[in-house]
Amino acid sequence: MADKSKSKWDGYSLKPRRRMPDGLWMGCPSCQHMLHKKTVEKNLYVCPECEGHFRINGATRIAQLADEGSFEPMCQDIASNDPLKFECSGKKYKNRLKEGRKKDGGDEAILVGKAFIRGRGVMLSVMNFDFLGGSMGMVVGERFCVAVDKAIEESLPLVVVSSSGGARMHEGVVSLGQMAKTSAALAKYDEAGGLFISVLTDPTTGGVTASFAMLGDIIIAEPEALIGFAGPRTIYQTIKVELPEGFQRSEFLLEHGFIDMIVHRKDLRSEIGRLIDYCGK
Amino acid sequence: MVGSEIKLNGDQYLPFEDKIAEFDRRIAELQAKASNDGSDCSTEIRRLQRVQTSELKKIYSSLSAWQTVQVSRHPQRPLLGDYLNLMVKDFRQLHGDRTFGDDPSIVTGFGQIGRERVLIIGQNKGRDTKEKIACNFGCPNPEGYRKALAKMKLAEKYNLPVVTLIDTPGAYPGIGAEERGQAQAIAVNLMEMSRLKVPIICIVIGEGGSGGALGIGVGDRLAMLEYAYYSVISPEGCAAILWHDGAQANVAAEALKLTSKELLKLSLIDDVIPESLGGAHRNIHDTIYNVERYIVKTLRDLKRTKIENLLENRYRKLRAIGTTFEKPTRRKTEAVKPTKKQPERPTIPDRLSIEAQLRQTAQIPVEEAEAKEPQTAAKE
Repeated sequence: MADKSKSKWDGYSLKPRRRMPDGLWMGCPSCQHMLHKKTVEKNLYVCPECEGHFRINGATRIAQLADEGSFEPMCQDIASNDPLKFECSGKKYKNRLKEGRKKDGGDEAILVGKAFIRGRGVMLSVMNFDFLGGSMGMVVGERFCVAVDKAIEESLPLVVVSSSGGARMHEGVVSLGQMAKTSAALAKYDEAGGLFISVLTDPTTGGVTASFAMLGDIIIAEPEALIGFAGPRTIYQTIKVELPEGFQRSEFLLEHGFIDMIVHRKDLRSEIGRLIDYCGK
Repeated sequence: MVGSEIKLNGDQYLPFEDKIAEFDRRIAELQAKASNDGSDCSTEIRRLQRVQTSELKKIYSSLSAWQTVQVSRHPQRPLLGDYLNLMVKDFRQLHGDRTFGDDPSIVTGFGQIGRERVLIIGQNKGRDTKEKIACNFGCPNPEGYRKALAKMKLAEKYNLPVVTLIDTPGAYPGIGAEERGQAQAIAVNLMEMSRLKVPIICIVIGEGGSGGALGIGVGDRLAMLEYAYYSVISPEGCAAILWHDGAQANVAAEALKLTSKELLKLSLIDDVIPESLGGAHRNIHDTIYNVERYIVKTLRDLKRTKIENLLENRYRKLRAIGTTFEKPTRRKTEAVKPTKKQPERPTIPDRLSIEAQLRQTAQIPVEEAEAKEPQTAAKE
């Protein structure tokens, strides 16, 4: 609400109009409907009109997915040391990291920790698209590997929610190496017999899709999420051909046999719980 | 694109090689003169050649990142075909991924390098236009990666080491490639190569472009030719995204630290294989001989290591990529802090594995327990 103490009415001029708080309403990006923010929030950030799934940040995702208050974050006190000393038109990568940390979603592009989903203990890793496009750098790779190690140690199922633009360019080959690193960790996890449920959300592209996201024992996607190796713009620029309708969306991937199921956000918790009952230890 | 090559005497010079081109022209003139009127110009030619060599040394000892990228894309740079001809004896090519098709941009087959029998996997860009189109200009499709994996499994079965020669601008971004699961194909390769039970040597011979290179680039050793590049994204792509201007590719190349020298400094690659003076295309035989010697020497080393240790070292090496961290300047944990604990729910230590629980209850020292584990694994 507007701050009342600030609006000083002198008693004779026109009474100041009550200010409308910012961000009470929002437009749905897919159907352009005007929506009340509170309703959307209650509806798990899904448009009540068109069932379009909005992009949500890591913290919100955890709040939706994990049992209330059960998430215990791990491996928090690490930050990238900027191996390349990357600078782009006067803007330093280090400063961009600092800016990113000020946002609410989380302090990096991934949050990992133990949690419960419908009472089942899991190792939960959630990517945070709000932080530099959810790109995978050294911190993401390390946190992912730590989570996998811990999951092996404690025989926990691993649930990873991906939403990422790919590898982080600012870290060069170090971030490319994270693809190999996370995949190698998953090979260990696979040998230990753990269950890995990969949840793909809008958008999951590039190096993340080409490494751990596609290595799930069970791969779930949210409806109409963009999932692919190269982004649609890159493809268009390379081959200059109009891309077909629904290209690289979840339904497209399901049709081509690369994901197991498409699950609505409201059913995600129960679906993961069920799958753990079947396959978990 | 920044600059185009100047064509002269059938040789192609890069934009920063103007002086070299000038020397070549003068030498050619003198040679023509000598053959026409029989005058003796050999001393002058030798002098010019000496100056030219020192000039080449000067240019190539201080190449910028973007110039290195240009050398690695030189139209006369040795391609996979040259390596197979000059380095590999008795090459037996194996086709097809047994699922969809055969991708000509990844060539696989058995061959002999030195006295070692190996499986060779290489990316082929194609020399003439027809071949280039067939190979997608060196951009592999998913079936190429699946073929590589299938042949690697074959090599594992018959205990043949794997040598991969990387030369690609990146995996192909096309509609068909996406339909057939480019990302999944690469992801599976990364995972399987990290635990393939034979030695793997990866060498970047030209362009090492992003996931397309990494898809056959996970192994025990990763080496690069001196003027090859290896990067998370092509300099043009990086410039288009971060600088919003594809023409800033030279700046992006510098920022990405994609040359062999820089990557060795960051210990992201194991070795740099020297090229002949003025780039591999100036003396193909020398360069390929260096590569051959490197493979033979490295294979000898790797074969001496027990396979379990080899795999452990490979894993540790991958795990160590990018592990020098800093403390975050400002921690923001409010957003993810657990709000309140619900006491009736079982805490996670209760859900430990049986071994972990036993270890806790019996108070077995961790070292002992770990020592026991490999034995039981071996029995199984």
